[in-house]
Amino acid sequence: MSPGSSGWSFFAEHRAEILGATLDHIELVLISMVIAMFIAVPLGMFIVQRPALRAVSIGIANIFQTIPSLALFGFLIPIPFIGGIGKRTAIVALVLYALLPILRNTYVGLRGIDPAVLEAAEAMGMTRAQILFRVRFPLALAVILAGIRTATIITIGIATIAAAIGAGGLGTFIFRGVALVSDSLILAGAIPAALLALAADFLLGMLERRLRVV
Amino acid sequence: MNAKTEHFSRNLIEFRDVSYHINDILRREVISSVSLAVPIGETLVLLGRSGSGKTTLLRLINGMLLPSRGQVLVQGGVTTEWDPIRLRRGIGYVIQEAGLFPHFTVEENVALVPSLEKWDRCRTAARVGELLCLVGLDPSEFARRRPRELSGGQRQRVGVARALAADPPILLMDEPFGALDPVTRAELQREFRTLAQRLQKTIVFVTHDLREALLLASRIVLLEAGRIAAVAPPQEFLRLEHPEVRAFAASLETNPGAPA
Repeated sequence: MSPGSSGWSFFAEHRAEILGATLDHIELVLISMVIAMFIAVPLGMFIVQRPALRAVSIGIANIFQTIPSLALFGFLIPIPFIGGIGKRTAIVALVLYALLPILRNTYVGLRGIDPAVLEAAEAMGMTRAQILFRVRFPLALAVILAGIRTATIITIGIATIAAAIGAGGLGTFIFRGVALVSDSLILAGAIPAALLALAADFLLGMLERRLRVV
Repeated sequence: MNAKTEHFSRNLIEFRDVSYHINDILRREVISSVSLAVPIGETLVLLGRSGSGKTTLLRLINGMLLPSRGQVLVQGGVTTEWDPIRLRRGIGYVIQEAGLFPHFTVEENVALVPSLEKWDRCRTAARVGELLCLVGLDPSEFARRRPRELSGGQRQRVGVARALAADPPILLMDEPFGALDPVTRAELQREFRTLAQRLQKTIVFVTHDLREALLLASRIVLLEAGRIAAVAPPQEFLRLEHPEVRAFAASLETNPGAPA
C-alpha cells in the first residue's frame, strides 16, 4: 500500500470529485435496484403456483448470473436501444445481475409459509389473490428483503466495473488507478464502494429484522 | 327444486355414494362409496386410524376437494356447483395447531371472515369481543397479542373463535386438540362439549382418539380404509362387534389410567 499520509492527502484534495463519483454510483445502484425489484418481486409472485414458469424464469436469471460481468457489459454494447456506451447499458446489466437473488428469495419466501396457515386461509374462504397479498406476501417480506439486500451489495460491487463502458461512478477511479499504477486512485474508488456496501448491508439488515414475523 | 329444499331442512351435509381417488397414475381410492347424512345440530365424529380418509372426507365438505364419483351436498347444494368461496365462508374450520396467521393479532385473526365479508367496524369489534369471551379469553388481555405470545391451548381457543366469527351453521374440526398436552386437552374437550350444546351448530369432528369421540359425539362414524365400517351413537358404539371397533376398544383398555 502507498504511504498513508499521501493517500489521505489525495482523498482530501479530491474530495469533491470522489463525492460526485459516489453520488453517481449510488444513483446507478438505486435505479438498477428499483427496476430489478419491480421485475423480480411481481415475477416471483406470479411463478409461485406455476412450476413450469418457475423453472424457466429462475433458469434464465441463473444464466445471467454466471456471465462474467465485464463480458456482459461488452455483450450489451452493440445491442440497439438498450446497448451503447454509458449509463443505460450499465443499468441494464446491473438489473440482470440483481434479478436472481430477488427472484429466488421472493419465490422461496412465498413458498416457505406454514402449510397449516395456508390451509386455514383457504378453508376460511379467502380467494387466491387474498391469500397471496394478505397472507403469503406479508409473511415472506423478510425473506424477500434479504434477497434485495444481497442484490444491493452485489450491485454496488459490480457497478464499479460499469465505468469500463463509460457509466461513471466509483469505478472510474479504480480503472484510472489501474492504468496509472496508482494505489491512491484505486483506493479513492474502492474505499467509498466498500463503505457503501457496508452501509447498505447494515441498513437493509435492520429493516429485515424489523419485518421478521416469527 | 322441491327435493332440494327438503334436504336442506333436514340434512345440512349429505354424502351420496361418494368416492375420491388421488389424481395420479395409481388412482388410489382414498374414499370408497361413502353415503352419510348429517342433520342440523349434530356433532358427528369421524373416527379412524391415520390414513383412513377422515381428513379427506372433511375436505370434501368445504370443497377443498371435489368427489371423483357421487355427490356431496352442503346446505342443499352440490359442492361442485357452489362458488367455493361462498361455500367456505359459511363453514367454520379448525385444524390442529390452529393455523393462526402469525402476522395478525388475536383480534385480527378472529375478525378474518367478518373483514372478508366487509362487516362494519363496530359490528366486527363487538363480535370479536363476544367470541373471545365465549372461548374463555379476556379481550382486554388477549385481543392485541400475537399468536406467538399464546400457549397452545390459547391458540386453539382463538382458532375456535375465528371459525365461529361469521356465525356459520357448519363447523369442521380436524383433530383440533391433537397437539395439546393431556391436561389442556381434557379442559378444552369439556368446554367444547358445553359450547357445542349451547351453539347448536352442525359439527363434523375428526379424531383418532376413541375417548375424545365418546365424549364429544352425538354419533360416531368409524372409517376404515376409506369406507364406513360402523355408525353408532357413543353409548352403543363399544358394543358393536365389528373388528375395527374391537381394535379401537382394545386400545382404550390397554391405555393406562383408562377406566376398566
